[in-house]
Amino acid sequence: MAETNHEGQSAGDNFDLTQFYQIFFEEAGENLDQMEQMLLALDLAQADDEELNAIFRCAHSIKGGAATFGFADVAELTHQMESLLDKLRRHELQPSAPMVDVLLESSDALRLLLARHQGKRIEAPATAELVQRISALAHGTAKAPVATAPDASAVAAVNMAPVAIRAPTLPAGARELELHIGPLENPTQADGIAELFRDIPGLGDISSLPCDQSDKRVYRVVTTANDTDLLDLFTFHVSKEQIHIFDAATAPAGARTHTTATATATATNGAAPVPSADFGFFDGAPGMPETDATVPTAPVVSATPQAEDPPKAAARAASAASASASAAGASGAMESNTLRVSVSKVDQLINLVGELVITQAMLAQKSSELDSAANQPLLAGLADLDRNTRDLQEAVMSIRMIPMSVVFNRFPRMLRDLASKLGKKVELVTHGESTELDKGLIEKITDPLTHLIRNSADHGIESPEERSAKGKAEHGTITLSASHQGGSILIEVRDDGKGLSRDKLLKKAREKGMDAPDSLSDADVWNLIMAPGFSTAEVVTDVSGRGVGMDVVKKNIASLGGTVEIDSAEGYGMRVSVRLPLTLAIMDGMTVQVSDEVYILPLASVIESFQIKPSEISTVAQGARLVKVRDEYMPVIDLEHVFQVPRFEFNASSPIMVVVEADGLRVALMVDELIGQQQVVIKNLESNYRKVPNISGATILGDGKVALILDTSSLVRRSRH
Amino acid sequence: MRSILAVDDSASMRKMVAFTLTGAGFHVVEAVDGQDALDKAQHHAIDLVLTDQNMPRLDGLGLTKKLRENPKFKSTPILILTTESSDQMKMAGRAAGATGWLVKPFDPARLIEVIQKVIR
Repeated sequence: MAETNHEGQSAGDNFDLTQFYQIFFEEAGENLDQMEQMLLALDLAQADDEELNAIFRCAHSIKGGAATFGFADVAELTHQMESLLDKLRRHELQPSAPMVDVLLESSDALRLLLARHQGKRIEAPATAELVQRISALAHGTAKAPVATAPDASAVAAVNMAPVAIRAPTLPAGARELELHIGPLENPTQADGIAELFRDIPGLGDISSLPCDQSDKRVYRVVTTANDTDLLDLFTFHVSKEQIHIFDAATAPAGARTHTTATATATATNGAAPVPSADFGFFDGAPGMPETDATVPTAPVVSATPQAEDPPKAAARAASAASASASAAGASGAMESNTLRVSVSKVDQLINLVGELVITQAMLAQKSSELDSAANQPLLAGLADLDRNTRDLQEAVMSIRMIPMSVVFNRFPRMLRDLASKLGKKVELVTHGESTELDKGLIEKITDPLTHLIRNSADHGIESPEERSAKGKAEHGTITLSASHQGGSILIEVRDDGKGLSRDKLLKKAREKGMDAPDSLSDADVWNLIMAPGFSTAEVVTDVSGRGVGMDVVKKNIASLGGTVEIDSAEGYGMRVSVRLPLTLAIMDGMTVQVSDEVYILPLASVIESFQIKPSEISTVAQGARLVKVRDEYMPVIDLEHVFQVPRFEFNASSPIMVVVEADGLRVALMVDELIGQQQVVIKNLESNYRKVPNISGATILGDGKVALILDTSSLVRRSRH
Repeated sequence: MRSILAVDDSASMRKMVAFTLTGAGFHVVEAVDGQDALDKAQHHAIDLVLTDQNMPRLDGLGLTKKLRENPKFKSTPILILTTESSDQMKMAGRAAGATGWLVKPFDPARLIEVIQKVIR
């Protein structure tokens, strides 16, 4: 929409605003996140000025960008939010729960609007109702509609009377105006203005009037909005100079303009009006070139009829000027030291460094054959290269690391909605938000964590009555924490709810026909809830879903190379600990050999390894083979057979069994030799070749050979068929 | 080449302004808020300051006042970008020592036009 305007004005300069859209979308998303967090943290009884200012700034910033880049619907809704927030920060209104609610809902709606502008095919959110609710709240305690009283103290809000606006007689505060648009090179530009009235509910009514000049359009408008707001909206379609607003009663022929320039009717110091009031210079202000006659001097200190509450605005401006750093301020300042780069560029960098690591490893291997005395300088150089490569790899990997706060921040809102739905009181406490994790993992851990928190709120935390009956605080607490532990990250979800009941779990397991002897350790009993199809809730609610609960969580986390542990004390709560590798790009692997082939096993899934005699393997029905490990029979998978590895020598060495676990099941893999443990850089096989059964990826070894990384979970599944 | 200090807490606005001005042959120094702008102003030669009003830490008016306290910026043109074209805003701008103002949203060509009225 805005483009027409730009084309009209920029006279040959080709400004393509679309190139800034992406930055705007990301920035708007961040602003919404920030606003949401601050709204949730807002203490309604004692709202801090700086907090209110910061929330206001978020809406303000989105509005500014949306207006500049031509997203009128976003601009309109944020404009409403801004008006309400402006009243809050000026203490004209007291913040209330309904206000927070409507602002949160509006921020949801804005996300949808923004997603639509980004090309997502989703239904447009109903913003009309939001606009009305915000407006009603903003004017709930405000004085009568603005437009009728030039000195009214209301802020520059589109002042909407929610219902009465389309009534045949003029609603309270509404004015009948005549709108003259033109001259226009392309008069259809003006159609956009008529559309505005259709698109923005509550703005008022517009109807076309006959006009004898072909490059002009005349409309009759009934609205409660003031001239400034109308101009703000109209300038999305045509430039300010082409808009003339008249009072319907006094309008046509004489053309007494009613725009901001007319405002000088109430001017206080008689400064000369200037037709276009979208910029201006101050007379005799520092910085003005003194000789320049073309400079239009100052509409400036001439008053506009929509004057904002004078003393307060000035006072606010002064106090804002001395405002100190806030949360928003800190992140704003941080931005000056950050750089936005697309993920694909970072991935390319990581890939190249991976190649470098491999080349370095190859050099290291070759150099080991050299005479160390004769090649001392070369070897010293290679040692440096080794160290630098490792440092470089670590540094590059850290680029992909983002703080857990990105995930954690979405939960306060979710929990708030959830708690009110469930009629419970729940408080979320988070620790270690700054702990960093690979971006890929962050994205994938969000769903499982969401599930765990929902579970805690739904099944863990009791109702306020139940809690007080037990002598607990009415407010349940869910604690979410993240910390680094060695090469992995530990994320814990803890609640002080009712905890797991050992007896109930065992009973349920038996009902389900599972093997659950009383001798099971606590840990094993807790693990029962992660068995497929096991759901402990007596009533299945729509919150935690049905049955697809912890088993899915466990599976998802296992697919990330992580583990889940549960701990609980009945009556006191439960703790779920999720342990994840720091990155998906590097893995600790165990190198094994089968004939002349080398394979990598994820170290995390390796339980133990031992040597056996071929005679210890027993063959059962349908050729399935089993090996007895401490009184337990375990399926044997012969890798040589699975991958059809050719074998040229037939020495009958005792095979080695490597026990691996995946999805809660264990199998023994038969290999010839254990070569060692090493970190490997994972290369995607699918994108470079195609999907291969039982293989999850590939890596390049120090000697330059490719080794395949085994997919233990699919091997385990294979053993079950 | 003339240098312009562009101050805005919104990255998209800043980029848009920077792109526009660079295209018009200006050198652009970007700052994310008033405080950052003060720091940058210390270390760069600045011919004109173009600042947003509503920013965290230090807003446009505050920045203007601070800059005017520094003899180096006594007569440097300072333009304030604002969504409020109200009288109070303008009076506050004049009192702070601003040279002029421009209402947001604005057209890129308009921005150049306004700036070229002050520096050429």
